[in-house]
Amino acid sequence: MSGEALLRLEDLEVSYGNIAALKGVSLEVAKGEVVCILGANGAGKTTTMRTISRLLRPRAGRILFHGEDITQVPAHKVVHLGISHSPEGRRVFGILTVEENLWLGAFTEKRVDKERLRWVYELFPRLEERRKQLAGTLSGGEQQMLAIGRSLMSRPELLLLDEPSLGIAPILVRSIFERIREIAGEGVTVLLVEQNARAALKLADRGYVLDVGTIALEGSSADLLASEKVQEAYLGKKG
Amino acid sequence: MDTFFQQLANGLTIGSIYALVALGYTMVYGVLKLINFAHGALVAASAFIGLTIYATIMGESSSLLAVIAIFALVAAATACLGILLERFAYRPLRQAPRLSAVVSALGASLILQNGIMLVWGPQMRIFPQLVPQVYWNIGGVVISLLQVIILLLSVLLMAALYFFIEKTRMGAAIRASAIDQDAARLMGINVNRVITLIFVIGSSLGAIGGLFIGLYYRGITFEMGWQYGLYAFIAAIIGGIGNIPGAMLGGLLLGLFTAFISGYISSTWADAFTFLLLILILIVRPTGLLGERVAQKV
Ligand SMILES: Nc1ncnc2c1ncn2[C@@H]1O[C@H](COP(=O)(O)OP(=O)(O)OP(=O)(O)O)[C@@H](O)[C@H]1O
Ligand SMILES: [Mg+2]
Repeated sequence: MSGEALLRLEDLEVSYGNIAALKGVSLEVAKGEVVCILGANGAGKTTTMRTISRLLRPRAGRILFHGEDITQVPAHKVVHLGISHSPEGRRVFGILTVEENLWLGAFTEKRVDKERLRWVYELFPRLEERRKQLAGTLSGGEQQMLAIGRSLMSRPELLLLDEPSLGIAPILVRSIFERIREIAGEGVTVLLVEQNARAALKLADRGYVLDVGTIALEGSSADLLASEKVQEAYLGKKG
Repeated sequence: MDTFFQQLANGLTIGSIYALVALGYTMVYGVLKLINFAHGALVAASAFIGLTIYATIMGESSSLLAVIAIFALVAAATACLGILLERFAYRPLRQAPRLSAVVSALGASLILQNGIMLVWGPQMRIFPQLVPQVYWNIGGVVISLLQVIILLLSVLLMAALYFFIEKTRMGAAIRASAIDQDAARLMGINVNRVITLIFVIGSSLGAIGGLFIGLYYRGITFEMGWQYGLYAFIAAIIGGIGNIPGAMLGGLLLGLFTAFISGYISSTWADAFTFLLLILILIVRPTGLLGERVAQKV
């Protein structure tokens, strides 16, 4: 990794009540990178993402963006800084139309950028076909496209994607990963959480492996793909 | 036939008042999933505040300008009460179990109600006649200028609210916050501000409703918030609590319903039939007439 980190987590500790979910997580994402976080269920991946976008408050540690401490910035202001979060489970506004969801994605903008909307529709033509349809009536894959599209509307510098392949037909998964590659190609830095380790590592430059609240492993995607530990635990190659 | 049209006119008048008050319940429920039990007391307070503003600041003038000023000042004062209510009775309990918030709501309601009694006394007060007593007799059906004003102003306010919610950025923020607060935050929406705004809008509409109650029924009492609050709350449930057009529809329907019961049967039966109607509607449509029709896919 080269240059100053765009995003930097320093010893983040987060707990739910008495239960520690993150026990000192540090990681870095440089501008223009695609970085993935792998880990088993309950490892703390979603917690990490929700802490970066400040839906959760860390008990200790710091979040730096462009070198500035944003640990105390309230959630709704984080978007203004250029961090956009497409959450686990998509969380689209089901009783609003596709287009209204996209407009809300641009809430931080003075007016909806037509070119941006054009770009999102080009990335996901299915969304344009269904723009007047209620988001809750879309298929799971389409909702995922909408969640990603919506998070692009604020013109983020850093995009947080939490399990974009969750519960989606395999054929769509590939297409969604291609779109993420395209988004990164436009200069958006991506921090990606995935269960689908192989696809994620093929896409990412680097990766971190989270294990019950701590970083167990980190390295370039090639190194992680070759690592025995990762192969055993996440790529389904036993022994 | 005269009875029919007479009760139609009366029902629409009462119904608009219910609708205005019901909006306060439904908007707060929509975003906080909390029944704002103190809303009725707030509505009652607005009528008394109106009384005082009329007698002191306006020097008992009922010129058009003075009346407009009274409405504006009362709406503003009640909005402030609404903000305080949210800030001190509800916000500290946002993360607490539901029941705590309900208890707090009931407590706030009692405090408000007793506050009104302390300030304005326990006896019934007579609300000033701010609108000239003009009546039209249309083929045996008597309609007053006041009724026309109540209906028109209510429709106007509701249309404005509908436009605001459906067509503006802030309205979209309100709808998003009602659906999923965390997702709304991720859009950059300041949900706390949205909640304050909800209380401002709900309380001012309730204040207009409270003034209408004073103007229409004349006698105002410190505990009248329970009665009108309950009816408005039922109206909100009939329309589908959380649903804004639902509250408008529920209010008008309930107003018409009670008027017809009073006209054709007896006003003493209005309460009983209202609850019967509520139960029937909830059996047929548990989510109310316009309650959520599309489930969120998980
Ligand atoms: N709201 C909550 N209350 C209490 N504990 C929670 C809450 N959310 C998460 N946890 C706990 O925190 C730990 C980390 O959860 P997190 O959702 O971050 O895991 P994850 O890596 O995203 O898992 P998955 O792959 O299943 O999405 C888990 O042990 C989980 O049970
Ligand atoms: Mg998760």
